[in-house]
Amino acid sequence: MNALELTALCKTFGTQQALADVSLAVPNGSRMVIVGPSGSGKTTLLRMIAGFEFPDSGSLTLNGQVLVDATHAVPAHQRQIGYVPQDGALFPHMTVADNIGFGLAAKHTSRHARIAELMDSVALDANMARRWPHELSGGQQQRVALARALAQQPRLMLLDEPFSALDTGLRSAMRKMVARLLSDAGITTILVTHDQSEALSFADQLAVMRQGRLVQSGRPMDLYQYPADEQTALFLGEAVVMPARIEAGWAHCALGRVPVDSQANQGTTRIMLRPEQLLLSSTEGSGCRGVVTEREFGGNTCTLTVALQADEDVPGQAIPVRSSGLQAPNVGSVVHLTTVGLAHVLKKTAALSLS
Amino acid sequence: MLPESSIPGIAHAQPRKRPHGLFKSRGGTWITSLSVLVSLLALLPIAFVIGVSWQIGWAQIEALVWRPRVGELLVNTVLLVLFTLPLCVALGIALAWLTERSNLPGRRAWSLLAVAPLAVPAFVHSYAWVSLVPSIHGLPAGVLVSVIAYFPFLYLPVAATLRRLDPAIEDVAESLGLKPWAVFWRVVLPQLRLAICGGALLVGLHLLAEYGLYAMIRFDTFTTAIFDQFKSTFNGPAANMLAAVLALCCLAMLTAEASARGHARYARVGSGSAREQRIVRLSPLLTVLALGLQAVTCVLALGVPLFTLGKWLIAGGREVWQFSELLPALEQTVLLGIAGAVLTTCAAVPIAWLSIRAPGRLQRILESCNYITSSLPGIVVALALVTVTIHFARPIYQTTITVLLAYLLMFLPRALVSLRAGIAQAPVELENMARSLGRSPGRALWLITMRLAAPAAAAGAALVFLAITNELTATLLLAPNGTRTLATGFWAMTSEIDYAAAAPYALIMILLSLPLTGLLYHQSKRTAGR
Repeated sequence: MNALELTALCKTFGTQQALADVSLAVPNGSRMVIVGPSGSGKTTLLRMIAGFEFPDSGSLTLNGQVLVDATHAVPAHQRQIGYVPQDGALFPHMTVADNIGFGLAAKHTSRHARIAELMDSVALDANMARRWPHELSGGQQQRVALARALAQQPRLMLLDEPFSALDTGLRSAMRKMVARLLSDAGITTILVTHDQSEALSFADQLAVMRQGRLVQSGRPMDLYQYPADEQTALFLGEAVVMPARIEAGWAHCALGRVPVDSQANQGTTRIMLRPEQLLLSSTEGSGCRGVVTEREFGGNTCTLTVALQADEDVPGQAIPVRSSGLQAPNVGSVVHLTTVGLAHVLKKTAALSLS
Repeated sequence: MLPESSIPGIAHAQPRKRPHGLFKSRGGTWITSLSVLVSLLALLPIAFVIGVSWQIGWAQIEALVWRPRVGELLVNTVLLVLFTLPLCVALGIALAWLTERSNLPGRRAWSLLAVAPLAVPAFVHSYAWVSLVPSIHGLPAGVLVSVIAYFPFLYLPVAATLRRLDPAIEDVAESLGLKPWAVFWRVVLPQLRLAICGGALLVGLHLLAEYGLYAMIRFDTFTTAIFDQFKSTFNGPAANMLAAVLALCCLAMLTAEASARGHARYARVGSGSAREQRIVRLSPLLTVLALGLQAVTCVLALGVPLFTLGKWLIAGGREVWQFSELLPALEQTVLLGIAGAVLTTCAAVPIAWLSIRAPGRLQRILESCNYITSSLPGIVVALALVTVTIHFARPIYQTTITVLLAYLLMFLPRALVSLRAGIAQAPVELENMARSLGRSPGRALWLITMRLAAPAAAAGAALVFLAITNELTATLLLAPNGTRTLATGFWAMTSEIDYAAAAPYALIMILLSLPLTGLLYHQSKRTAGR
């Protein structure tokens, strides 16, 4: 069953179209991540779900209750939707305990116990309750913001790039903690981010937005392997895209003969492979020949740029190849590439490729 | 039509009618209507000027305006402005530069002393001079006392701007071969233009509006003439027409300032924090001269009033402390001040909120309505309220309500400026947060934004309170019979030439103003500008 259903949402700010006909269904209890470059309309969408913005047209339904349609709108304070913005937005004039208790009834007898329970659930020490927001670190502020949003037992949790202000190590730890916490509580969650690696690791459902449109949605693995178009492919990670001629399930391209995921396609088109689908092989004669032109050492992995040499003299396309950091061949050495798995045949979508 | 909600806690969440128009919430519409209302009220004095001119008719306007008396007043006013403004500007810049940029001994103390004259009401300055030199009168006296009473209005913004200028710009100018004097003229002074224009406008408007100062030293300006005319003929066309001419002078001054200010914006380009200002070492001769300037200013602006007050208090002895009269006057002043400050601050909330949260053309128009009215002299506002209440709202004529209305019209921008800065410091995201946690828009505004803006609102209210404590003209004209504030009490005593009995009133006014003047000084250290 779907918890949240967005239908044909449109919104313009002046002449700028922020959302164009966005429809999306979020299954109950799932962790949906909306990912897109800045200015893609993802934050507008999130604020619309929270009730801070209203669409020009379209409707929004949560657990069967209409939140917004052409004639009516439930105001933000009656939606019972949790919201954690990028910087946490803690109330600077309240202590940690008062921040967390803001959404709780003021005279409730179990208020103290509930605040303690919430602090415990986000792994905040109990003696932090009387601290002020400016005395907390970035990670602690985000935990308080999360606990505050959880206090009102939200029907839906919205996270607006909540980890982007944290440093790298803390970021992934927080991500895991939040994902586990929300899954255990069974709260449907929508997270918005521009960071594809964060999106892929947090999501069990992923939606890609670009220029106010929803380009593709589905399971993260599917989107990574079978992106709708070249831009989505490149946005979700490094990709090798090259022209190819398709014949009966095989692509003929600069890498030689590569099996593809589509039987239906015929003729010339473009195919996509992820760099990890390319393997370096020292065996002479297997796969395709190339010359290493650049080597970028990155610790555990090393990214090589390999210029393909289908013909001996003409330098071909330069493609990125991953290699183990310690055994990477030197610049100038000749290598052979073999492919693993299927190449993905990209659809020809001219309409969206503006950039 | 709605499916039943599955969660009992939100069963009451009925969708509202979809909001339309400028602001997408019911709260927004309310706030807009309130600020339109306040701004319409602010237009009342302008409407009055236009209304009486219309009623009187062109022929009579000609007869009333083209006469030697008006010409004489105009000459007086123009001469006063022409002499006072340049002197104030020069003195303000000199003192500001010395306290901010030179190694003058005791810079901090001098800087405080340069602001302190603001705690002395203008008419107390002139009371001090008249009782020190009884023969003092006319234009020279007017210029002298005006410069002394008003130069801090220039000192404050110029010093604040000097403090914030990026020293790197001066370094660059010097590296391009400019001598120190040329650096000051070509680089520093142009950057002070906004501060100088703002300060000069403020001084100019005070020159046009002040009554007590000039009445005491027998120097006729429009304001004193209108007051006398009102005393003799009450609400006659002669007084109204003089008020119209005065209002025109004020508008002319506003326009002149706006065009002198130009479109220039002086902001620091580039990121990172500015370095410390460079301090210029003065030669011994210059140090002596500078100390002399500071000392003379200080003696004239603080020494004379304090000396005179002290003299009268000693001469008067215990008899002048008529507590049966002083205490009620103090109580009335404080009550009027608090009521006026609260009213004005509350009225400023909608406009301030709009200007931060939903800036647009409507909001700019509303704001400029309030600025124009507050630049009109108290006497014009008072005459407008007298006329309007007599004709259209008889029950509130000569009541405290009318007095408070006058304060609201005159002092709204003081509250507005502070409040706007305060609201700007409370991000809209916090208000949204509170709404997503179940608070209605009104509650969210009150619990979060207003709470965070409270210190700034209090500062604004304090400034309004200060203005009301020292307000004389409108209070004299509008207050119900039997009202006696410190200012009007002081005025009544000096009118009877009982200078000794007036001294306690002046002392209490100064003591009331001191902490607030300190606040002003403190604020200017943080924000530059008008």
